[in-house]
Amino acid sequence: MHELSIAHAIVGTVADAVPGRRVERVRLQVGMLAGVVPEALQFGWEVTTAGTLLEGSVLDVERIPLAATCLDCQAPSTHDAPPPLTCPDCGGRALPADDGRTLEVLSVDVADEVEEAHR
Amino acid sequence: MTTISLKAAVLAKNDSLAAALRADLAAVGAIAVNLLSSPGSGKTALLELLLTRCGELGVAVAALTGDLATENDAKRLARSGAPVRQVVTDGLCHLEADMVRDHLAGWLPEGTRLLFVENVGNLVCPASYDLGESLRIVLACVTEGEDKPVKYPTAYRWADVVVLTKVDLTEPCAFDDAAFTAAVRDVNPDVSIIRTSARTGQGVDEVLELILSRVPVPPP
Repeated sequence: MHELSIAHAIVGTVADAVPGRRVERVRLQVGMLAGVVPEALQFGWEVTTAGTLLEGSVLDVERIPLAATCLDCQAPSTHDAPPPLTCPDCGGRALPADDGRTLEVLSVDVADEVEEAHR
Repeated sequence: MTTISLKAAVLAKNDSLAAALRADLAAVGAIAVNLLSSPGSGKTALLELLLTRCGELGVAVAALTGDLATENDAKRLARSGAPVRQVVTDGLCHLEADMVRDHLAGWLPEGTRLLFVENVGNLVCPASYDLGESLRIVLACVTEGEDKPVKYPTAYRWADVVVLTKVDLTEPCAFDDAAFTAAVRDVNPDVSIIRTSARTGQGVDEVLELILSRVPVPPP
């Protein structure tokens, strides 16, 4: 359960990017093979953001589907689950075609007034 | 309210520290190898053999070993004669690049060509953290069953080498090697798989050869 470490890293990333701004929403993209469980991240979010400018913010997690290629028919496909993957076209075995490792803060919604930084 | 686009990697800080470590090691002709597996699958036993063999071959080797608590593994590995340092994480489930950097500072013996980093036994969290390694070896053990790679896809997806351990127990465990190979291929189609036994010594030299092939040749 390293989602608390990940949550701390998200808070640090946002605080560095928008210093002194109160953050209302954080949009996070998580690949299927990033090794991060969105539910566990949500669980730790309130604790991690307490006392920071992200306190009370909403964490939106978007899962990025995994791209794959079929071994039999070579058809490309995308998957909302980790391997093993089955080709939706022919039912053959599909193998991951991208790294699935995305773990990125896509954007943040911030309040317009700049506050005294307190972390 | 304003929306600001960031597109910022969450682990950027760890990744840049890891890249700096890799560069620092390369500058002295060394590489790091990250050993990753579940608890009890034989990381320490394999490492003990690798360190001993390096000593016999005259390869300057050192090891960091991570655990939540105790210095047991460092004591065990030190029997090989190699310099070994324990990283006690005090409960943290994985190593991060800054912990490796801090434990190497002022400790890594001059002339070291090969540094092993034995991660905390865990197939989930360590997979996300680059430690500055040039080679990531992920172990699986015949007693764990054939489907470990698809149960922990992130860990095996990012392996440069998969090492199957305790193969002397293949028969008693009715371990299906073909099913295991297929499970590895499902997540990491091209990775090499080396079969080892710390008890019989099978495969250990093969693992070491592969590692040593990655250590830069010193200039004449």
